[in-house]
Amino acid sequence: MNGKIIKVSGPLVLADCMHDARMFDLVKVGDKKLIGEIIELRGDVASIQVYEETAGLGPDEPVISTGKPLSVELGPGLIESIYDGIQRPLDILMEKTGEYITRGVSAPGIDRNKKWHFVPSVKAGDSVRYGDTIGTVQETNPVIHKIMVPSGVEGKIEKIIEGEFCVEDTVAVIQTDKGFKNITMLQYWPVRIPRTYQKKLVPEIPLVTGQRVIDTFFPITKGGTACIPGPFGSGKTVVQHQLAKWSDAEIIIYIGCGERGNEMTDVLMEFPQLKDPKTGDPLMKRTVLIANTSNMPVAAREASIYTGVTIAEYYRDMGYNVAVMADSTSRWAEALREMSGRLEEMPGEEGYPAYLPAKLAEFYERAGRVICKGADSREGTLSIIGAVSPPGGDLSDPVVQGTLKVVKVFWALEDKLAYRRHFPAISWINSYSLYLDNIHDFLKENLGEDWMRMRQEGMKLLQQETDLQEIVRLVGMDTLSTSDRLILDTAKSIREDFLHQNAFHEIDTYTSLKKQYRMLKLIMMLHEKCIQAVGEGTPIESLTNLKIREDISQMRFIKEKELNKFSELEKRVDEEISQLTADNKQQAEL
Amino acid sequence: MQKEYLTVKEIVGPLILVEDIEGVKYDELIEIGLPNGEIRQGKVLEISTDKALIQVFEGTSGIDIAKTRVKFLGKGIELPVSEDLMGRVFDGLGKPMDDGPEIIPEKYLDINGNPINPYARDYPSEFIQTGISAIDGLNTLVRGQKLPIFSGSGLPHSHVAAQIARQAKVIGKDEKFAVVFAAIGITFEEADYFISDFRRTGAIERTVLFINLADDPAIERIATPRVALTAAEYLAFEKGMHVLVILTDMTNYCEALRSVSAARKEVPGRRGYPGYMYTDLASIYERAGRIKNKKGSITQIPILTMPDDDKTHPIPDLTGYITEGQIILSRSLHKKGTSPPIDVLPSLSRLKDKGIGKEKTREDHADVFNQLFAAYATGKEAQELAIILGESALSDIDKIYFKFSDEFEKRYVGQGYDENRTIAQTLDLGWELLSMLPKSELKRIRPEYIEKYLKSKSYALD
Repeated sequence: MNGKIIKVSGPLVLADCMHDARMFDLVKVGDKKLIGEIIELRGDVASIQVYEETAGLGPDEPVISTGKPLSVELGPGLIESIYDGIQRPLDILMEKTGEYITRGVSAPGIDRNKKWHFVPSVKAGDSVRYGDTIGTVQETNPVIHKIMVPSGVEGKIEKIIEGEFCVEDTVAVIQTDKGFKNITMLQYWPVRIPRTYQKKLVPEIPLVTGQRVIDTFFPITKGGTACIPGPFGSGKTVVQHQLAKWSDAEIIIYIGCGERGNEMTDVLMEFPQLKDPKTGDPLMKRTVLIANTSNMPVAAREASIYTGVTIAEYYRDMGYNVAVMADSTSRWAEALREMSGRLEEMPGEEGYPAYLPAKLAEFYERAGRVICKGADSREGTLSIIGAVSPPGGDLSDPVVQGTLKVVKVFWALEDKLAYRRHFPAISWINSYSLYLDNIHDFLKENLGEDWMRMRQEGMKLLQQETDLQEIVRLVGMDTLSTSDRLILDTAKSIREDFLHQNAFHEIDTYTSLKKQYRMLKLIMMLHEKCIQAVGEGTPIESLTNLKIREDISQMRFIKEKELNKFSELEKRVDEEISQLTADNKQQAEL
Repeated sequence: MQKEYLTVKEIVGPLILVEDIEGVKYDELIEIGLPNGEIRQGKVLEISTDKALIQVFEGTSGIDIAKTRVKFLGKGIELPVSEDLMGRVFDGLGKPMDDGPEIIPEKYLDINGNPINPYARDYPSEFIQTGISAIDGLNTLVRGQKLPIFSGSGLPHSHVAAQIARQAKVIGKDEKFAVVFAAIGITFEEADYFISDFRRTGAIERTVLFINLADDPAIERIATPRVALTAAEYLAFEKGMHVLVILTDMTNYCEALRSVSAARKEVPGRRGYPGYMYTDLASIYERAGRIKNKKGSITQIPILTMPDDDKTHPIPDLTGYITEGQIILSRSLHKKGTSPPIDVLPSLSRLKDKGIGKEKTREDHADVFNQLFAAYATGKEAQELAIILGESALSDIDKIYFKFSDEFEKRYVGQGYDENRTIAQTLDLGWELLSMLPKSELKRIRPEYIEKYLKSKSYALD
């Protein structure tokens, strides 16, 4: 069916004679066949958001509907790819058109010519239905790609073969009610519709990120949601990169949505070099990148987070723990606002469309821990971590508020901390996590009974420190009681020796849960011993200047393999303090 | 044969509406013939079947409805480029303004450019020595970076920018180097300061100037940075030069953008600026960078004046989200007579980590940087405390820090506009200042570097 352009205004194109078109159908616009999507229909006039630059487009050029919604291609070959917002592979585009992205180029999201070794896991005669695994492909060293029966297909396996295949080759034939159905390794799924599952469960296992402030104080679960808002320069992107590097998800989808080009280049150059702490393979072997930088077309930016999350759901359905990093959802919301403005919709807060909170909620609800489709009832999780860039760091921004309504974890970045070069600049006062109860059992089992209590205690000290500092600022240090001064000492130690973490140091960049436990335990142990010693009359100055404090400030550099060093340190805490108390008593007797 | 239309129907602000047209494309360049024979330029902002909304770069005064002729040129705005651009002065749309001949173009380039494929980018990592300690030592600039200067009215940002343009070089290399300078709505005097500074130092030979002054048409400013960057891209990626682009003042650009948006009656975003300002600014700033397998590079130094020194104003705010850091000038340092008045603590260069260290600057750079930063921040806190409680309330170590941060501002930051320091001088000065502190305070520096570089008591306390 052919329509005709009647109006062009930036990325918005109006076309008439579109009577058979449906909402969200994909269309080819103009003589250059630019890709667009229908976002409004009035009579036979369709409003189309175009995913490419529209300069040079004019009235009377043709518009052709493909009759299909915007979809992603799913199959082996996704991992290690770098796509733009509508799943065009950027490396192939570069081969085709050079260093600049020009218009009207298209390339399939998945390489059609690459051969994969397909190993069947069912045999002829087996009954299969939607979601069942019929075979596997070793996609990269750590990732086994399950080939699943696509939606709407059910029946008996007629034929299935092992061997080397391209994604479009038939690997199995299924006898269905409606006749024989050829199964390939390539599937399609519309990006705006969440992939289906059997049942959603409450997430109970933490997503270990190796970042101490996150894992210890504000944990996120596998299948959970979190947001990181902060002004520019507060280190959002570094936190996102750290999570993409070290979190113990098996698949990472990193969406650079309207951010800097050089940052994506950084990821592209660094990830193939870095090793996954669990598998030892390069991190790129478990990563898919979506890069729609700020200067690339704005409508494709709107689509990019859906493209990313749909790919993530596909791997979740194979039973993997998947994490999506979206940097930044503010840019996505701005793309929505721009399209909304051009559609002349009535604006809500700050010019954002009134449906912004609903869209945000829809997006974050695609996260979760689920029982996937398929006979084996495998479990998969999808965690979403979204960065938000509020103007001026103002948290009353509609995107922040809309996000906070749906996410369970809030990591508040503060520029004040960043200026002091305290990284990650996550405020321990304003942040929160609502998953503490969910993961309670897991942590008790894996770390120890006292973990939750220590965490609580540490949090309390940090809170008390804030209050005490207020007093110090007003009347000076001298007025504080000894116990208050001890609180300040320990809180400082928690801040500097525990919360502060150097992303660029080879050991400090990742800390396992076990090590976090030992570190915090040491600090809290010293604190308790000091309280005891003060009670017995030991002067506070000598406790502040304990030699062990120097070792504590270096404990972050203890290697993961040498955690027994902590036992030595614990012993030394004991020794030094009892020595001090004994000396003190002796002096008192004299 | 191009058609001319006499069908202007509406004139509102900088926009005109033309009816009964055909075959017109979006973003097309147009020529407007005024009744008095003057020719102006514009571009198509919106097009429907028989109507086109046009933005006139030189403003609409003198345009009438009855006799004005409109001609559609069938192409976007293009800049004729050749290597002869160097040393020439152009207006904000790229027409020669000096007495020189017309450019004989090697080719015409669309001023909007195309986005660089992120896959084709090369990560910027080559250290640029600007000779300014506060930048080289603490907020290092690298080739292909976009590092804006956030300034305020009355602050000497021009001096800082001119100093960078004059002194910037890559150590140990002698490569083709060019400056592209775009004056966007600045005053004659400010533009003249730059031009005479370029003349004085002979830099004018390798400089391309695009000048839109405060009394030039405001709408033309929307094109000026794009014209300048098109010239820069040509010199960098086709002629293999390392290009430094100075855009001053981006605040004026944003205001021009706002006035067009207001004339179109668009829904305004924060403070009346259009909702798409982030995307629009990104299409300018993101044209900095390096490209794999290409010799040249584009380094951008946009300058903007923060209205009322407010960093959360939409212009500096959106800029900060796109650029790779910022250099912030401080009014209080300026008043104290520190020049250049660079406020070190909130300034930031995001790309510095890959541009410093062994074989780039010196092995001790990162450690010295961290230590100076921490010490200065501590000193600043001590100074604040002294204001409330009096200097006598400070502990001994705080007093040392107090003094340190004073000296740091005076000697490290306040080097003046004519001193050109090598990176070694900058680092050595850092060590000299650090020697004011007790050795036990130098926690962020590796012991072996302290051993090697700290000349004990080379700098005595008085």
